[in-house]
Amino acid sequence: MSPDRPQIEVQGLWKVFGDDPQRVFAPEHIDKSRAELQDQLGAVVGLRDVSLEVEPGQIYVVMGLSGSGKSTLARCLIRLVEPTRGAIRFGGEDILDYTSKELTEFRRSQIAMVFQHYGLLPHRRVIDNVAYGLEIQGVDEDTRYRAAHEAIETVGLGGWEDYYPREMSGGMQQRVGIARALAVDPEVLIMDEPFSGLDPLIRRRMQDELAALESQLHKTIVFITHDLNEAIKLGDRIAIMRDGAIVQEGTPEDIVNRPADDYVADFVQDVASMAELRGAPTAEAEAAR
Amino acid sequence: MTAPGDVERAPDERDTAPSAPWRRYAWLPGAAAVLIILGVSLAVWGPGMDFPTTISESRASTQGGGSVVLTETVRERTGETIDGAVDWLTEEGDWLFDGISDAVGRTLVSIEDVLKWVPWPAAIAALALLSFVVGRWRLTAFTTLTLLYIGFMGLWENAIDTIALMVVAVAIALALGLPLGVLGARSRIADGVMRPILDAMQTMPSFVYLLPGILFFGLGKPAGIFATVIYAVPPVIRLTNLGIRQVSPQAVEAALAFGSSPWQVLTKVQIPMAMPTIMAGINQTTLMALAMVTIASMVAAGGLGDDVLRALQKNQPGNGLIAGLAIVFLAIIIDRLTQSIASEQSDRRSAG
Ligand SMILES: Nc1ncnc2c1ncn2[C@@H]1O[C@H](COP(=O)(O)OP(=O)(O)OP(=O)(O)O)[C@@H](O)[C@H]1O
Ligand SMILES: [Mg+2]
Repeated sequence: MSPDRPQIEVQGLWKVFGDDPQRVFAPEHIDKSRAELQDQLGAVVGLRDVSLEVEPGQIYVVMGLSGSGKSTLARCLIRLVEPTRGAIRFGGEDILDYTSKELTEFRRSQIAMVFQHYGLLPHRRVIDNVAYGLEIQGVDEDTRYRAAHEAIETVGLGGWEDYYPREMSGGMQQRVGIARALAVDPEVLIMDEPFSGLDPLIRRRMQDELAALESQLHKTIVFITHDLNEAIKLGDRIAIMRDGAIVQEGTPEDIVNRPADDYVADFVQDVASMAELRGAPTAEAEAAR
Repeated sequence: MTAPGDVERAPDERDTAPSAPWRRYAWLPGAAAVLIILGVSLAVWGPGMDFPTTISESRASTQGGGSVVLTETVRERTGETIDGAVDWLTEEGDWLFDGISDAVGRTLVSIEDVLKWVPWPAAIAALALLSFVVGRWRLTAFTTLTLLYIGFMGLWENAIDTIALMVVAVAIALALGLPLGVLGARSRIADGVMRPILDAMQTMPSFVYLLPGILFFGLGKPAGIFATVIYAVPPVIRLTNLGIRQVSPQAVEAALAFGSSPWQVLTKVQIPMAMPTIMAGINQTTLMALAMVTIASMVAAGGLGDDVLRALQKNQPGNGLIAGLAIVFLAIIIDRLTQSIASEQSDRRSAG
């Protein structure tokens, strides 16, 4: 991959759920709002003309209300959901052109995902969940258990290796999901609300771990969250989504100081100014909860 | 939370909603047509009308100078056609059926030999131990007492024959049923083809399967096994299919995201997570096999069914009850053992 290229480049990405997605692109429909399209065509627009660029080593944060299409975007990036239109390039290659073999290889070697729903395998112990990615690559048991142990320590679950997921709390399961993604040591991490179920203390620790991971190992991370403080603390860039489209994209300063519309302004109203934010770290705000 | 897979649902519901009011009276023209047909038939052919079942009539002269009318009916023609096909199949497939018959026969004999070689106290002790390991005291007591009953009633050898038949039939049924179940879970077309066939198989009276068994293999154990396999295979197919379909789409999605191949998704996620359901299918198949193996004594397959059959023929209700109870006891032991093993296995894990 050449250094002047963005690591991830999404261009004009659409995802329409429904029987005949192409109808949405007819000239008489294309400008209609999501609610109108759903009413008239029974088609749900999950993503509407999304374009974004993520540079290598960046943390790119995606925010937006529930149902705004964040998870759909994350799934498209790894082709768990097939986009209806558009292009997704990793290091210049359009992954939508991949054959199923190439796609499998891409998923194994370059990218890992943390799911909002955790997606753990209930019949496997924690250690075997975390080692899963390496196991299917054919890595031998010693090596993969060593990597899994390390990842489990990173998320603070040392000692829980031999338990089954259902014997753990929601927040702990969420961290198993994070460890599973870390264990394969991917170039790119897609994290769908990875810290939403964690208590403030662990959450802050995990945020610091992630920041360190990014600065030391130069991972590229797409990070989905509902929490503006988290977004500002971690994000190099932030995109705000609404009804499947990106309404504003920029640095945290841009977003807070120059919200593009009322929707974004609503999002950032808790944060009076950037100065206050960087001056008083998020720890205080969280401790106050 | 949404998963890929429940993508296209909403539109269908909308289509059925506006039901036109005329539809409610759509049966009226139909009823009129029925009345007309009734009137015409009565007028032309009168009441108590027969079906025209005769295809051809030929006149043949007899030696005495008279003549008789030979008729051929639709049923005769159809039956003969099928008979012809079966004849052809048995002749052309001779080598195959003989081969299967041979292999099945030899396997059965070796299983029986081993089981009959073990002295009965050792056999009972081993089964009691197994019962204790998986099911504790009550099952242990039950197993021991019922096996002693079978032994002292002089049914031990026949019980072993029955078990050998069942084991071989179940092994074949699983070898066929598990892959078919997986296939049905993964392919819509395969599922669409199998479903009506399985429905038909499950409504068919069980002894109907004995007939093709005899045709292909002749009287004896292979025919019994053939009938038993066909009779017992549907549950394992159905429940394997169902179990795999029920695996949480989130787990499958996560497995895919890490680059699992379809085979890896199947073997590392879907089958292990479907295991409790698949085990229930295996359990049902086993019990149905035991039931059918008993009926298969009608084609000289041997075993405990023989004792029941003989009691029936000689009108000895006492003997019939004794042998019948032995079969029931075997069924309960097998059921409890396989169930406990299955639940032990999925104790700490959950189906999610
Ligand atoms: N498989 C699917 N089939 C049909 N519609 C879907 C599917 N997946 C998502 N959608 C629709 O797409 C829209 C966006 O969903 P998505 O899960 O991306 O939202 P989100 O931003 O992640 O929300 P949340 O913050 O609640 O996780 C929703 O309206 C949803 O109903
Ligand atoms: Mg989501």
